[in-house]
Amino acid sequence: MTDKTNTNTNDNLLLDIRDLTIQYVTDSGTVHAVENLNLRLGRGETLGFVGETGAGKTTTALGIMRLIPSPPGVVRSGKIIFEGEDLLEKSEAEMRAVRGGKIAMIFQDPMTSLNPVMTVDKQIAEMIKLHKNVGEAESLKLAGDMLELVGIQRERMRDYPHQFSGGMKQRVVIAIALACDPGLLIADEPTTALDVTIQAQVLELMKELKRQFDASMLLITHDLGIVADICDKVAIMYAGRVVEYADKRALYTSPLHPYTIGLFNSVPDLDEDKEALNTIPGLMPDPMDLPSGCAFHPRCTHATEECSKSKPPMVEAGPGHFVSCPVRAGLKAQGGE
Amino acid sequence: MIRYILRRILFLIPVLIGVAFCVFTLLYLTPGDPARMILGDMATENAIKEFRAKEGLDKPFLLQFGNYIYKAITQGDIGRSYITKRPVMNEIMATFPATLKLAAFAIVIAVVVGLPCGILSAIKQYSVFDTLAMIFAMIGLSMPVFWLGLLLILLFSVHLRWLPPSGFDTFKAMILPSLALSAQSISMITRMTRSSMLEVVRADYIRTARSKGQKESVVIWVHALHNALIPVVTLCGLQFGHLLAGAILTESIFAVPGVGRLMVESIKMRDYPVVQGGVLFVAVAFSVVNLLVDLLYAYIDPRIKAQYR
Repeated sequence: MTDKTNTNTNDNLLLDIRDLTIQYVTDSGTVHAVENLNLRLGRGETLGFVGETGAGKTTTALGIMRLIPSPPGVVRSGKIIFEGEDLLEKSEAEMRAVRGGKIAMIFQDPMTSLNPVMTVDKQIAEMIKLHKNVGEAESLKLAGDMLELVGIQRERMRDYPHQFSGGMKQRVVIAIALACDPGLLIADEPTTALDVTIQAQVLELMKELKRQFDASMLLITHDLGIVADICDKVAIMYAGRVVEYADKRALYTSPLHPYTIGLFNSVPDLDEDKEALNTIPGLMPDPMDLPSGCAFHPRCTHATEECSKSKPPMVEAGPGHFVSCPVRAGLKAQGGE
Repeated sequence: MIRYILRRILFLIPVLIGVAFCVFTLLYLTPGDPARMILGDMATENAIKEFRAKEGLDKPFLLQFGNYIYKAITQGDIGRSYITKRPVMNEIMATFPATLKLAAFAIVIAVVVGLPCGILSAIKQYSVFDTLAMIFAMIGLSMPVFWLGLLLILLFSVHLRWLPPSGFDTFKAMILPSLALSAQSISMITRMTRSSMLEVVRADYIRTARSKGQKESVVIWVHALHNALIPVVTLCGLQFGHLLAGAILTESIFAVPGVGRLMVESIKMRDYPVVQGGVLFVAVAFSVVNLLVDLLYAYIDPRIKAQYR
């Protein structure tokens, strides 16, 4: 705990989410999608945002973009500080300049995220015209350049989305996202809907372009393999909260939170001859009715009586290694593990 | 694309021959001798025989039908009216402009009113406007056109004395029939536009457009509307075809001299050739409108165009 990594010094911090709480208020109850979430992302870093379906990853991403559908979505509290300014304080017009221009998003399903009745060059050019001061012809030319950059021939720029394969469509989506050189790229499970072979190509492309554009990236995924491949930092999310946040190396070598350990254990190992996969006992809690205290305690083998009483604070268990489990953090501090 | 159009036109031919066959058979089977109907009760047996030979009425059924089709295609001759003795084609052509005008007016009203109402309803879902629009759409759909027509006449012609209750010669006279005829189409277009918009505004590509930093108005009017319009265009086309063919009640109530009224009058007077010609004509009109709609469809949806080969 002597030297903090440089990402925690303020001048290098690109995104700093503090105490973010987002709820969906419906007739049948309030969904606690994101609860007091804290997250930091330094310039040039790639942060892997890992969690099960329904953990609140996409809600967090849409929250950063201020695109939570409302109703029913409500941002209850918190700050989203991006380049020193709180996005939640911005007006809708100011936010439009941020969206696409400074923060761009790649969505999960390329099959449905492009407008089916618009040629792809126009869809890229739309982004360019919104954020750069260029005319129609120039924007279309730049759109062609972007297509070439993501590995699609310029001749195909007048084609419609249905004329491309899934992997190609995701390339187009990436071209749109990067068209205005955003400082932050949010990728929401960008390869989940693609074939495994195409996944590798698209990931490689994203890695390359991220370096080329010098952008930071928030990569939402539930695939620990992808995280190992391209992320610098990892945040593990469970039931609307970040439960562990660390350097990739630290997290992979010494995971602390029982949930993180459970996740790693449930990755199948080819060398082991086993009948059944290891699983975490129990199910994700109902987000309308979260357990008291630590949301993970009903499924946790380390749980003590204290765990069901108060929400565990984030503790720095090692340099830059945060965990919201006092039991495990204590063990680590005592040199127990 | 051209090949597609040609193929569609070729497909039209068997459909129309089928319609013609059904109508022709019905006419053939109905009692009453056309020769006697045309020549009148006073005609001599010889004159009748001569007429039958001249018109080919003594030939077998299939030959007569073949003759009818042949004349229809080569000369546009689809028989003569028993009553006026004039060619059926002339009778229809004299009345068609009124029907076309009525249907065109009605569809324009339906689109101009229905489309914005549907869009607004979708954008402001569950608002007061949405609720009212849906109530009116329900009323418009369930109210029979003859009842609505009579109510309109009562209000605007009898009580307020603003508009004439019948005729179709002036613009003023065209308002009431067009309104009455368009009521159902307005309702259907409103409801279809609303549900289509509601589906589209939740689509991923709408979220993509917003994530680009696009203005909400552009997101709705450019990205959402174009996609939402695709099923609405089909509906409008079908409705127009329907209006062309189904203005019978409206034309009767408002005494509009159109094809529908001609057919009703002809049925009353057992003027079968005119009925037959009218049905055939309406079938042609309906098919042509449908073809045009399908072509328009390709224009607004590139995915469909790709299939038109």
